[in-house]
Amino acid sequence: MDTKSIMIVGVGGQGSLLASRIIGHVLLMQGYEVKVSEVHGMSQRGGSVVTYVKYGDKVYSPVVEKGEADLIVSFEQLEAARSLPYLKKGGTIITSTQKLDPMPVITGATKYPEDIFNQFRDLGINFIPVNALQLAEEAGSAKASNVVLMGVVSTKMDIDKEEWLKAIEECVPAKFLELNKKAFELGRECY
Amino acid sequence: MKKLMLGNEAFARGLYEAGCKVVSSYPGTPSTEITEEVAKYEEVYAEWAPNEKVAMEVAIGASMAGARSFCGMKHVGLNVAADPLYTASYTGVNGGLVIAVADDPGMHSSQNEQDSRHHAAASKVPMLEPSDSQEVKDFVKEAYRISEEYDTPVIVRMSTRVAHSQSVVDVCEREDIPLKEYVKNPQKNVMMPANARGRHVFVEERTKKLIQEAETSILNKIEMNDGQIGVITSGTTYLYAKEALGDSVSYLKLGIVNPLPSYIIRSFCKKFETVYVIEELDDIIETQCKKLGCDVIGKELFGFIGELSQSIIKEKIKGVSTEYTALQTEIPVRPPVMCAGCPHRGVFYSLAKNKITVSGDIGCYTLGAAQPLCAMDTTVCMGASISGLHGFNKARPEKEKTSVAVIGDSTFMHSGMTGLVNIAYNSTNSTVIILDNSITGMTGHQQNPTTGYNLKGDVAAKVDLEALCRALGIERVRVVDPYNLAETEKAILEELAVEAPSVIISRRPCALLKYVKHNPPLKTNEKCKSCKACLKLGCPAISIKGGKACIDHTLCVGCGICKELCKFDAIE
Repeated sequence: MDTKSIMIVGVGGQGSLLASRIIGHVLLMQGYEVKVSEVHGMSQRGGSVVTYVKYGDKVYSPVVEKGEADLIVSFEQLEAARSLPYLKKGGTIITSTQKLDPMPVITGATKYPEDIFNQFRDLGINFIPVNALQLAEEAGSAKASNVVLMGVVSTKMDIDKEEWLKAIEECVPAKFLELNKKAFELGRECY
Repeated sequence: MKKLMLGNEAFARGLYEAGCKVVSSYPGTPSTEITEEVAKYEEVYAEWAPNEKVAMEVAIGASMAGARSFCGMKHVGLNVAADPLYTASYTGVNGGLVIAVADDPGMHSSQNEQDSRHHAAASKVPMLEPSDSQEVKDFVKEAYRISEEYDTPVIVRMSTRVAHSQSVVDVCEREDIPLKEYVKNPQKNVMMPANARGRHVFVEERTKKLIQEAETSILNKIEMNDGQIGVITSGTTYLYAKEALGDSVSYLKLGIVNPLPSYIIRSFCKKFETVYVIEELDDIIETQCKKLGCDVIGKELFGFIGELSQSIIKEKIKGVSTEYTALQTEIPVRPPVMCAGCPHRGVFYSLAKNKITVSGDIGCYTLGAAQPLCAMDTTVCMGASISGLHGFNKARPEKEKTSVAVIGDSTFMHSGMTGLVNIAYNSTNSTVIILDNSITGMTGHQQNPTTGYNLKGDVAAKVDLEALCRALGIERVRVVDPYNLAETEKAILEELAVEAPSVIISRRPCALLKYVKHNPPLKTNEKCKSCKACLKLGCPAISIKGGKACIDHTLCVGCGICKELCKFDAIE
């Protein structure tokens, strides 16, 4: 099969590294060649964070470029808007409805764009808004938004639920496993 | 067994499998996880050294004693460790000595974009460059073989995309490599002029042999395809080229980037009408090709700046660009910020409020330079805050009353101490603030000599910063809690006023440390007058919603600085 590209975007501290690890694991279990590319360090301090997951029979470059992502998973609205140029024609965006003001908005230097989802609609973008924060809090912790989104992602990929749960078990510390399983289920049920 | 591994994790696995016994490193993105991962193997002794020079010297000592040894660092770390490296090139090794240097094209987390291959060429040490995690592991093992066979340290060059990408690795068992015998050998190991002259002759002979190694090495690969185009490349750039150009061109993929093979490059170039050299940062391969009389195209197309990618290569060589959609609206940037509850914030707020000139340093606190605090004037390299302030004050003595240096605990141990000695010894009335958050923060929480724990998590000797500063010749040393704004500001103004050098230790652990207990999140109430004083802190948890200040309960850790600042008791 052709190489597929997934991009995970969010704000430093939202848990995008865990999300990419779960996806990477589950794809590896399906026998694909997988590459996951992360950026650590400076970008993690509340800045925009981008992670790439690529899989297929053969994967060369670990990075995803503009116009190449089959799927974008976003933890925050503005980051979804920022990542749009990376979406392949016909690709899908799954995005949390959460909004986090970046510092230039906090200081009043600029405004947070109000109508991101409307603009997506006008452009005919295939996108799925998810109230991930609320569902995560329902599961027991706001921090589990990432795994709620994995629940939604799992409904869009042709991989058994059991496989996803196995991958979550491998990637999440034991004491948070139940919480994350619940978050995953809530994500699955919402779509 | 196949596993998905970060390039850095694969490096650690390579060290383990190759029988490496002693590891000493200093953290630096994107190299840090190599040492963190290798520390998980009981068979390997691993430590964080106070800086890269110390780490390199520890590894050299262990190699001389007969052990396979290692030190790892980021690109700028190799500048610090260059002194021992250039002479270890002369002494050579006993047990194999491998050095990791991680370059950061695109400067995701660095202060410059230097190309470490220059250090390999200048120190006459071989350098290998893998392109994915499996190659990382294989190249590390090959590096030890080359090190011991040719009596030389070997550098393995990583880059952000290799270090921080996960790909599949086939895991093997550890090879049991016994210590080599230690025999006293001053001609080889005591580098004074008479002995070093002899060793320089050896180094030049070794380079000739290493070129022969490069001509026949399995690490330099040729992939022949149809067509009249050849591509010479290395590392992650090879993967970008493969994705962009596939089998439409032929490849010379160089796994050994120093020294470069002459015969292979010439014969490869002869086969094609057009040869492109695709390399990130400097034109090292291209220059060598041109020196060998090969007509190649390189930097005129790709330039010297930033990362390359499959898109850039596609566009430059095939003239094809990928279509994409973007919103018409301007999208605000999201720069990194100091976290909610960051102990550095109180210090920077006080400095900004009093319009102090701030000589900055390398760490999370470099973010004090960002909006809205803008409380930093200079940042150069590790330790330069303190020594730079001394120079600044020598040039402008009147600035002693309005300028400070800020430096983190780990950076102070790395190379701040010597600058402080200079302030005491050559006397300026400089004020130095040590931002002691009890951890090495920016690289992801590594222990250092001031934390009381070592890399393996065991209790270790703890440097007493107050006593250390006094011992270095500074009599005025005081400690403040940066969550207490009034106390912090008072200390800064008092120490600036006195006619003596002084150190203020701003002490409060990083808010992200697991053992740090957070207070319940704060809330704003109806007393808010929309004065926006709290926004001046640059706290990511505080924003304006509907004209009033609002605190995000998922981010707030209840540090209370904003509460101290609010004149209307609107935060509780």
